[in-house]
Amino acid sequence: MSPDVLAVAEHRRGDVREVSYELVTAGRELADATGGDLHVAVISGRIDEFTTRLDLEGVDRIHTVDHGEEFNHDVYTQVVCALADELDPQYVLAPNSVNGLDYAPAVANRLGLPLVTDAVGIEYDGGLTVTREMYGSKVETTVEVDAERAVATIRPGEWVTTEAIGDAEVTPFEFEVDESAVNSEVTGFEEVAGGDVDIADAEVLVSVGRGIEEEENIKLVERLADALGATLSSSRPIVDNGWLPKNRQVGQSGKVVTPKVYIAIGISGAVQHVAGMKGSETIVAVNNDPNAPIFDIADYGVVGDLFDVVPALIEQFE
Amino acid sequence: MKVLVTVKEVAEVEDDFEIADLDIDPRYLEYDLNEWDEYAVEAAVQLAEASDEDVEVVSATIGPERSEETVRMALAKGVDRAVRIWDDDIEAAEFLDVASKVRLLEAVVAEEDPDLVLTGVQANDTGFGATGVALADAVGFEWGAVVNHLDTEGVLEDGVAHVHRELEGGIDEITEIDLPAVLTIQTGINEPRYASLRGIRQAQSKEIAPKALSDLGLDHEAVAGELFLTDMYEPEAESDATYFDGDAGEQASQLATALREKGVGAE
Repeated sequence: MSPDVLAVAEHRRGDVREVSYELVTAGRELADATGGDLHVAVISGRIDEFTTRLDLEGVDRIHTVDHGEEFNHDVYTQVVCALADELDPQYVLAPNSVNGLDYAPAVANRLGLPLVTDAVGIEYDGGLTVTREMYGSKVETTVEVDAERAVATIRPGEWVTTEAIGDAEVTPFEFEVDESAVNSEVTGFEEVAGGDVDIADAEVLVSVGRGIEEEENIKLVERLADALGATLSSSRPIVDNGWLPKNRQVGQSGKVVTPKVYIAIGISGAVQHVAGMKGSETIVAVNNDPNAPIFDIADYGVVGDLFDVVPALIEQFE
Repeated sequence: MKVLVTVKEVAEVEDDFEIADLDIDPRYLEYDLNEWDEYAVEAAVQLAEASDEDVEVVSATIGPERSEETVRMALAKGVDRAVRIWDDDIEAAEFLDVASKVRLLEAVVAEEDPDLVLTGVQANDTGFGATGVALADAVGFEWGAVVNHLDTEGVLEDGVAHVHRELEGGIDEITEIDLPAVLTIQTGINEPRYASLRGIRQAQSKEIAPKALSDLGLDHEAVAGELFLTDMYEPEAESDATYFDGDAGEQASQLATALREKGVGAE
């Protein structure tokens, strides 16, 4: 085993995803602690362009595998396992993204390594300790890995990125993908957040979450949005319940919005939601749980029952 | 034909709680069927209903006797029978990591030989989001993670699942997955049905087969994981928000002033 770290970059539809740069930071920190090199794997897509963009300070070697345009988990699993066999790194890092979770567990299983997902912090002091959340972000935990080697996925948005250009050695990784073991095929993509309203264009958003309890109560928040001249948006559970269409959903799997004012009504502030609205200029949170994570990023907080506060606010503006 | 659906009883935490040792004090926990698994159960039942052939839907749970209440909810919604895995060795395991869960479920898959396995994307308590894909690899099935659309017609007969995988940023990936496979199911993929009174009554007589490690051909080594929880704490509040005091009317009035200063509501 080498003390090296292998980080697997992510891209989609011709672009390197931001989390790839965060992986470089996390990987460098970990490799500094283990005393090893940081290897970055670039698999499929526009290999040359991605390699140039990922040649950042702290990256020692970039391994490229030119195979198809887009992510395919069967290909990624095979390639990452083969690279891990070749390099014998101490740790393999992947993004805790939809695609990361579509191959990292298979890689860990195939290599017989423990897997820790959704890391928000990683420390190495002769062994790996990962900080992660539980119970819907209500608590943080530390998890010790009682093994020399491991696979970990890191939560997007938790590590800073660097733009400093590096001087990595770039090596095409000679590997023949076993096509007979590729039993899934990506046939296309679909934009699902289209529709009558683009919430990303709104200057003021009134956003409703699970705290609204019943579909018919949405009308109350709709009235507030009208009174404020704002656009109505929501967190995921509202869309899952079919109470509002998908194009109103703010969050990791919905729209990323950056309005001047974002008013979160009955939204607790799950990490997936916050990822979609933390760039708002001013954030207002109305929630009856004073410990709701949404207050951590709010500029103005109202701890109270939304069914009292919202009508009172409507009265102020109507 | 057979669909296996994994279900988990998860602990939900009250707004105010205390931590005792390395877990939340049980006084502040309520137990419920994992939200993602509710959608997986519905998808499994819909697949059975959409098929012309005889399809059995079996659920598998790793959990103590208490979790049978949760399993009955799945049975009431159309699952035909259930397997519940637990014994003293599992109870004594400090932390069931992904690899341990996979060893248990792998044994169930070997015994049941399903055509398709459905799991929730993640469990709301531990949030690992990895068991389904790791299980698929362990049993040599194909897989798809974070499936938010599944054409239920013909999946089992044709041996191919046409799915959408929900990527970040409002984009779905459209993928064809050969069976046998494991699909991890995202919330919102369907509308989970309410259990009918008749379903609840029928669930009482459906089988929940308890399985110990030895029943699955395993021993305590199967749950000797490599991850250990060493600390649990409430994250420090980072809020520097301005809070408005008073009753709802007073809070609304102060908030209205702040909003007007930001130009909200101005014609």
